[in-house]
Amino acid sequence: MSTPVSRPTLIENARIVDPASGTDSQGAVLIEDGLIAEIAIGAPIGVPDGAEVINAKGLILAPGLIDMRVFTGEPGKEYRETLQSAGDAAAAGGVTSFVMMPDTTPVVDDGALVDFLIRRAKATSRVNVLPAGAITKGLNGTEMTEYGLLKEAGAVCLTDGRHAIQSPAMLRTAMSYAANYGMIFVHHLCDTDLAGAGVMNEGLFATILGLKGIPREAETIPLARDLQLAALTGVNYHAAQISCAASVELVAAAKKRNKSVTAGVSINNLALNENDIGRYRTFFKLSTPLRSEDDRQAIVEGLRNGTIDTIHSDHDPQDTEVKRQPFAEASDGAIGLETLLAAALRLVHSGDVDILTVLRAMTSRPADILGLAAGRIAVGAPADLILFDLEYPWQVSEQQLRSRSRNTSFEGARLAGKVMRTIVGGETVFEHVD
Amino acid sequence: MAQARASTTSTSSASSSGDFPPFNQRHLLSIADLQQHEIIQLLDRAEAMVPVSRQERKSHPTLTGKTQINLFFEPSTRTQGSFEIAGKRLGALVMNMSVKSSSVSKGETLVDTATTLNAMRPDVIVVRHGAAGAVELLSQKVGCAVINAGDGAHEHPTQALLDALTIRNHKGRISGLTVAICGDIANSRVVRSNLLLLGALNVRTRVIAPRNLLPVGIEHLASEVFTDMREGLAGADVVMMLRLQHERAQGRMIPSVREYYRFYGLDAEKLSYAKPDAIVMHPGPMNRGVEIDPAIADGPASVITDQVEMGVAVRMAVLDALLPSRNEP
Repeated sequence: MSTPVSRPTLIENARIVDPASGTDSQGAVLIEDGLIAEIAIGAPIGVPDGAEVINAKGLILAPGLIDMRVFTGEPGKEYRETLQSAGDAAAAGGVTSFVMMPDTTPVVDDGALVDFLIRRAKATSRVNVLPAGAITKGLNGTEMTEYGLLKEAGAVCLTDGRHAIQSPAMLRTAMSYAANYGMIFVHHLCDTDLAGAGVMNEGLFATILGLKGIPREAETIPLARDLQLAALTGVNYHAAQISCAASVELVAAAKKRNKSVTAGVSINNLALNENDIGRYRTFFKLSTPLRSEDDRQAIVEGLRNGTIDTIHSDHDPQDTEVKRQPFAEASDGAIGLETLLAAALRLVHSGDVDILTVLRAMTSRPADILGLAAGRIAVGAPADLILFDLEYPWQVSEQQLRSRSRNTSFEGARLAGKVMRTIVGGETVFEHVD
Repeated sequence: MAQARASTTSTSSASSSGDFPPFNQRHLLSIADLQQHEIIQLLDRAEAMVPVSRQERKSHPTLTGKTQINLFFEPSTRTQGSFEIAGKRLGALVMNMSVKSSSVSKGETLVDTATTLNAMRPDVIVVRHGAAGAVELLSQKVGCAVINAGDGAHEHPTQALLDALTIRNHKGRISGLTVAICGDIANSRVVRSNLLLLGALNVRTRVIAPRNLLPVGIEHLASEVFTDMREGLAGADVVMMLRLQHERAQGRMIPSVREYYRFYGLDAEKLSYAKPDAIVMHPGPMNRGVEIDPAIADGPASVITDQVEMGVAVRMAVLDALLPSRNEP
């Protein structure tokens, strides 16, 4: 088809963990022309002429992660994050593809911008950037964008990012029109009227801090509405991120009747709870708020039993100017690309969820939902792969993170599991140096 | 409590702060930060400050040469005035700064303001801000003592201290009393500080409000929760009324002032359910005819003006307690 862009690469002595095929065995993988050319389980592969050989002894070889929710600062707020810096953070975190939210300046609500972003990302980012198109113009919640043209330009899904559309009639029309083009409809769940001036989970802890709470119903009411409208319109619906036990129940019930419904969760809601806010730590102020430990455990159970399909970083770079504020006045959001894998592996180390399930939610499930060939170790699939040390201990330090912003929700956290090498399209884009 | 009370006398004029053990806090940000013995020490220190303001020469110059900045992001007449008088009676140089309600879009952030003021080398900054946690954030950016004069719906520690001192003066003790707090519990910083302080001193605390003015989880912070005012007042030693922000509340929080007053306004009939010698308190400013009958507010059970007097003593005590500790190695 095309001439080889680089010499073949053989990765041997790896523990291959591939959720798509359910594989967890020792083996070797051969990469040629940016694609996976051969897979050998329990047997060696002969070294082709001129091949680079990577001895992956002690490491896990898995598909590169696909992160379905990443905010960047480019275009418009490059001081927070560029496609390049986001790509560097992603590569270091083992994320080989990420869906870029349309909440930029200007908003990604036009095919020409999608086209620009794809070209810009190819030129500057080490990893695959998959632009999402806005559901409504300027994320205004009231006027549809051109879904057909967005799709043609390469938008992988439709979403209004951190904006939540409030009108059921608007949603019905948008879902119906999205279904017309087979576009995935990803929606943030927030009843802005009910959430009101709330800034964290409603409960005793908010009361003690004197902060206004966001009731869980500000999520479950729009979720119930969306699930009904998804059934009505037949759209492929993805609940962007759910945070509480009642939402897990709603999704589980909907999935019994509607195969076109999926749900995601932010690593923050999976790994943290409202108590992490402590004394007004604004890096834990998130647009889907951290909930109680009971909710977190329900989310973990939802992941285990398949109700929750995907885990994403909700990477949201914010500068110190907007974060170093009184809690209620600070911006929402935390960065997470670089800590996504290690934070998710906490669930594996704690014995809560097995490694195939955790990795599936960040590889083959998002790939299936988005219709990507990546996210699996299969012959002919793109060679987007990671090698990681499951046990490698490290402590998160904002100073060492590659993002342009420092608002990590895992500052100082001791994590086990680190990416040693990230490969995108057969090329090594990150290598850990001790 | 009994010993603590016995350890001070209210007859002599203010003793020097040397009579008390060092107060080992850098700031006064919240009652939650204080141990029981620290609360009692502050009350004892305040008690000793009361006579200063009753003398002809209202001066007890322990803070001569010190600079106190009152930084108020929310307008306040009585709290700011109380802190100003307290500082001046202790001999400090007091500067008042009223900043129009902060907004990021206006330019300077809270942290910028803190950094700027810090460069003027004050010894203490008294801060009121509309956002919970704002005073603590500011305290992290300055090198001097910081006193919280109210942060959003979080805390107002000197109010709780002056309330406790008023109660102790009228009842001879605090421990074992029943204190009922009535009104807009959800949006009140006074309630949170009072529940923490009174709880630390073994008071039976009650909150009384319509359900929509009770915050989630309040049953974990107060001993008892009531929606019926008469039940809530039954047998109470102290009745603490809160100001209803009725200009903002109407329509959304309560349907009307007249309905609120009918069910939650303190009048003689409802007060009759409390103990016969119950005292009535209010942090001010009062809405007569909204949360309290003027006849009660100005009647024999009211200790509201005593609260104001104790406020000055408490603020003198807090300033005096915080500042010497700054000079120790």
